[in-house]
Amino acid sequence: MISFANKLRWQIGENLYETLMESIYQNASEIANKSITYSDKKPPFSLDRALDKILTSKYFGLPIMLLMLAIVFWLTIQGSNYPSSLLANVLVDYLHPVLSNFFIKLNFPFWLKGLLVDGAYLSTAWVVSVMLPPMAIFFPLFTLLEDFGYLPRVAFNMDALYRKAGAHGKQALTMAMGFGCNAAGVIATRIIDSPRERLLAIITNNFSLCNGRWPTQILISTIFIGGLAPAYLAGLYSSAAVIFVAVLGIVLSLIVSWFLTKTLLKGEISAFSLELPPYRPPRILQTLYTSLIDRTIFVLWRAIVFALPAGMLIWLVSNITINDISIANHFIEKVNPVAFWFGLNGVIVLAYIIAIPANELVIPTILMLTVSQLGISEFGAGTGVLFELESIADTEKILTPGAWTLLTGINLMLFSLLHNPCSTTIYTIYKETKSLKWTAVSTFLPIVIGLIVTFLVTQIYYLLN
Amino acid sequence: MSTSEISGCVNCPVHNSAQLKKLGINMENFDFVVALAGNPNTGKSTVFNYLTGLRQHTGNWPGKTVTRAEGGFEYEGRKFKVVDLPGTYSLLSTSVDEEVARDFILFGQPDVTVIVVDATSLERNLNLVLQILEITDRVVLCLNLIDEAKRNGLLVDDRVLSKQLGIPVIPTIARSGFGIDKLLKMIFDVATGNYVTKPLKMKTYSQELNSAIDSIIQALNEEFPNLPNKRWVALRLLEGDPSIINAIRSGELGNININSPSTVAISEK
Repeated sequence: MISFANKLRWQIGENLYETLMESIYQNASEIANKSITYSDKKPPFSLDRALDKILTSKYFGLPIMLLMLAIVFWLTIQGSNYPSSLLANVLVDYLHPVLSNFFIKLNFPFWLKGLLVDGAYLSTAWVVSVMLPPMAIFFPLFTLLEDFGYLPRVAFNMDALYRKAGAHGKQALTMAMGFGCNAAGVIATRIIDSPRERLLAIITNNFSLCNGRWPTQILISTIFIGGLAPAYLAGLYSSAAVIFVAVLGIVLSLIVSWFLTKTLLKGEISAFSLELPPYRPPRILQTLYTSLIDRTIFVLWRAIVFALPAGMLIWLVSNITINDISIANHFIEKVNPVAFWFGLNGVIVLAYIIAIPANELVIPTILMLTVSQLGISEFGAGTGVLFELESIADTEKILTPGAWTLLTGINLMLFSLLHNPCSTTIYTIYKETKSLKWTAVSTFLPIVIGLIVTFLVTQIYYLLN
Repeated sequence: MSTSEISGCVNCPVHNSAQLKKLGINMENFDFVVALAGNPNTGKSTVFNYLTGLRQHTGNWPGKTVTRAEGGFEYEGRKFKVVDLPGTYSLLSTSVDEEVARDFILFGQPDVTVIVVDATSLERNLNLVLQILEITDRVVLCLNLIDEAKRNGLLVDDRVLSKQLGIPVIPTIARSGFGIDKLLKMIFDVATGNYVTKPLKMKTYSQELNSAIDSIIQALNEEFPNLPNKRWVALRLLEGDPSIINAIRSGELGNININSPSTVAISEK
């Protein structure tokens, strides 16, 4: 069949494709010319052009982009503080004891009440109160920018940088989607047609902090970085730290792309054309509605589905004991010496293992494990109970005796950026690449980088102190 | 349900909109399949949402939809399944999202293909329209964004356009819903055969080319009897398109399954 077609092709002549395309273009232009009339009055001033001149300018483009990023993050961090603690008050401080007493009254066995109320319910309540407010602010803001038409301009601004790194300019778009959810970002790489550049975009998408990791960044930077500043500057300091980590992620995605281009994924950079669509006034009400109902609730639901079993698992590992010491504590003590090299500790390592299904679980797991390890009875409802603290100061009271220092805080933030993607993202990467090898690279490369970075930071920290 | 009882009302927009029953993702036992095709960022997902009542995510950037989304609506008692496709500039494209669109238009055999066109850049959009007209007759052109075109000093005469292309052209502003009622009625008319299109076929094929195409179609008939759009495949073979040649080598062409690999149900977007 193929050779038959080849033979016929010789008879017709080689430039068939060109002839066909030419006739299409010619027809299109004729038809268009016949049906379009231009009105005489030209628009006197084109707002789009003027905006594009500033937003995609050589000098202002990137700074404006960083400024927008900073404003979005700052609004998210500041805005979610109060609603988060309000939710925690209701769901954890008020409802948890109520549920707990109810189960005790009904004479539920100790372990069943522990699994359901102190494990599943509390972890879910924590995830909701910590995730819902930042998402409900971040997603609408992001969607408004998207509706307005800003995303293609971001790609335009970043194109030169990505090209220098050997990657595709549209990687900027998929990266932006990754700030919401890495799995979505990985699917979005379908817009990149060169397989080599698409792989680069998939592997580096994890360097976009996803919404499961924002809460970790926000909380830890508020305690450890914000604490360094006088009270009235604390919000600014902690926002700056979070933005620094986010920008570090973007820089690392460029460096890793460049490194892979020079080693495993050599190849030509493909040219592409990107349409800059007109700016459109965002439909504010509709955007609020869809981003709240669809995106926020959808992502939150996913988190809850993972939080329920994870909460039970946490309760089990901290309540099943061998030689009077819980499984969790056995693990923590074994891992601690190694973890200290990296400025982390056994609790953090265990938390990251439990939180593989969803990054949202890292903070609740860390707090709960720290408490059960230290045997602090002042907070929460007893050993192995996940809890939310009424204030950030209370959280600090737990972390400080747990040998947490500024170094631990910094490295936890860095490790939260630089570790394996969540299991959903890993599965999505496999579905999109159909390759175990690249799935493994995408999974382990960030961990290796994370360990190197935290090790270096730790050594420098000790040298300076 | 009888459709011709009140003929005077049929052309009234209020009547048309009132006949629309948005079915969301509930689309069992549909009568017709409608594909939404077009260049990137012309408003396909906005039209889709309007027709189905779903809230497929929309955004102002090319490349937003990378998978197929499906939904349904009921109109005049008939059930329609609507498939929202990723935007594509051409049927000869290579990226995964554009292949999703290409494969569905070619091999999914929709009853009606609605091409959503950006009125502000008509000429470029028409390149895709002409390619689609080569492979399917039942096409409705949705001339979208006419408000933006007007703002840029462009007036597109939909009747002249329709006459030249031989297919119905409906001017719309999908963001506000303007023209969707007429689009609905036209989709219905073309699907049921009330409106017969006479699409423009380009007359650039030489006699030699035509006979070459015919002999390849014959060969295709023997090897892949169930393959739709053999003419298009034959043309690609004559051009030496590597993706089609590979599909033949691997035998994939024989059992092209448009339900794989990239379908994502709307609930997991």
